[in-house]
Amino acid sequence: MDYSFIVKYAPLYLEAAMLTIRIAACGIVGAFVVGIVCCLIRELRLPILSPLIQVYIELSRNTPLLIQLFFLYFGLPKVGIVLSSEACGIVGLIFLGGSYMAEGFRTGIDNVPGIQREAAYSLGLTKPQTFWRIILPQAVATSVPVFCANSIFLIKETSVFSAVALADLMYVTKDLIGLYYKTDEALTMLVISYLLILLPISLVSSWIERRVRYAGYGNTGTL
Amino acid sequence: MEQVILETAGLTKSFEQGAAVLKKIDFSIHQGEVVVIVGPSGCGKSTFLRCLNLLEEAEGDILLEGKIINKEKKNIHRYREQIGMVFQSYELFPHKTVLDNVTLAPLLVQKREKEEVRQEAEKLLSRVGLAEKAKSYPRQLSGGQKQRVAIVRALIMHPKVLLLDEITAALDPEMVREVLQVVLELAREGMTMVIVTHEMEFARAVADRVIFLDQGEIVEEEKPEEFFSYPKTDRAKKFLNTFHYEALEI
Repeated sequence: MDYSFIVKYAPLYLEAAMLTIRIAACGIVGAFVVGIVCCLIRELRLPILSPLIQVYIELSRNTPLLIQLFFLYFGLPKVGIVLSSEACGIVGLIFLGGSYMAEGFRTGIDNVPGIQREAAYSLGLTKPQTFWRIILPQAVATSVPVFCANSIFLIKETSVFSAVALADLMYVTKDLIGLYYKTDEALTMLVISYLLILLPISLVSSWIERRVRYAGYGNTGTL
Repeated sequence: MEQVILETAGLTKSFEQGAAVLKKIDFSIHQGEVVVIVGPSGCGKSTFLRCLNLLEEAEGDILLEGKIINKEKKNIHRYREQIGMVFQSYELFPHKTVLDNVTLAPLLVQKREKEEVRQEAEKLLSRVGLAEKAKSYPRQLSGGQKQRVAIVRALIMHPKVLLLDEITAALDPEMVREVLQVVLELAREGMTMVIVTHEMEFARAVADRVIFLDQGEIVEEEKPEEFFSYPKTDRAKKFLNTFHYEALEI
């Protein structure tokens, strides 16, 4: 193992890691919003939109991210929409993650007893008010584990970004291997980089999971 | 006679396939009146209450102060806010504190002044002996406490009528009393209430009128003394007998 090589090229990995983190963060936040919007549309059973959401979810969950990215990066320019590599990465993550988040929230929503909805209606709350104030907060609390797992999944998915010329961790690694044949060093740094990004997130998510247990019925602990 | 608050005309409810759960119910309740509905389980009592609060769709008319309320879909929440409901399983919102549970609807639905709502909430909570629980979460309360909060949550909306659906059925015996005490006080203050209950002694004490419902029909409708002491129909006699254990043939 050539440690001087590692020290020398560590800044390159840092830069690539920052890019990965930036795109992943945008993607996760976007996917979260898309997931909630999908859920709201399905909850309100909006005509036309609800079936479209179903099509989107099936399409997004049953195609690989790599192929989605190829469509965005190589396909869309043919119809006049040119996206930068970074925009492709973010849009791709949101497209993929949105459906996973939507499914996660739906499980959470299904876990809220139907009579909670009736209790809200009987107080005069409208359907949207009931969704935002009563159902969603409880659903989000119970879907925190799913949300965290999805976030980690999305961060890991960023490793295919090099396919659309994004200088992410995988891209830098392949570059270094190609240039210097330092396969062991480059791959070790790649693994460590991903671990350094993902481990803290895992820890933070289990902490959050413990904090939002208020949705657990019958639990007598304090917040 | 006082003004009619809530009435139904020919209310019929049937679920998909199967016989009607409610058969042409004609019902009315006047200002300040307490009507208790009793009957064997599955007779349609709870479904009837749910229909009154527009939680179930039904045929026939439901009128609030003379206005038909079950024919339009759009303003359904405007009517519901005038009809309070308390559920058997409390249904407090677990992610909100007691105070937030109580103040949510007045602020959001009635758009009332925050300070005024908070003061009324505290006043009502201390009336039911829960002033010090305002900052607690529902899961930190006992069943009886939860149900008292649920009553306060309905009361703060100043409903024209309060529907109580077996509110003590899920409670331990020693907690039943603390909840029924609150309901008795409300009755004395002239709250208009429709109560579904299995507590016959309570029904006798609180009711101005008792309705005996069986197989989706009103079988008897009497003053409580009459109904409990001299039931007229065999069905009512049979039902009341199930509460007398000394009559058990062993």
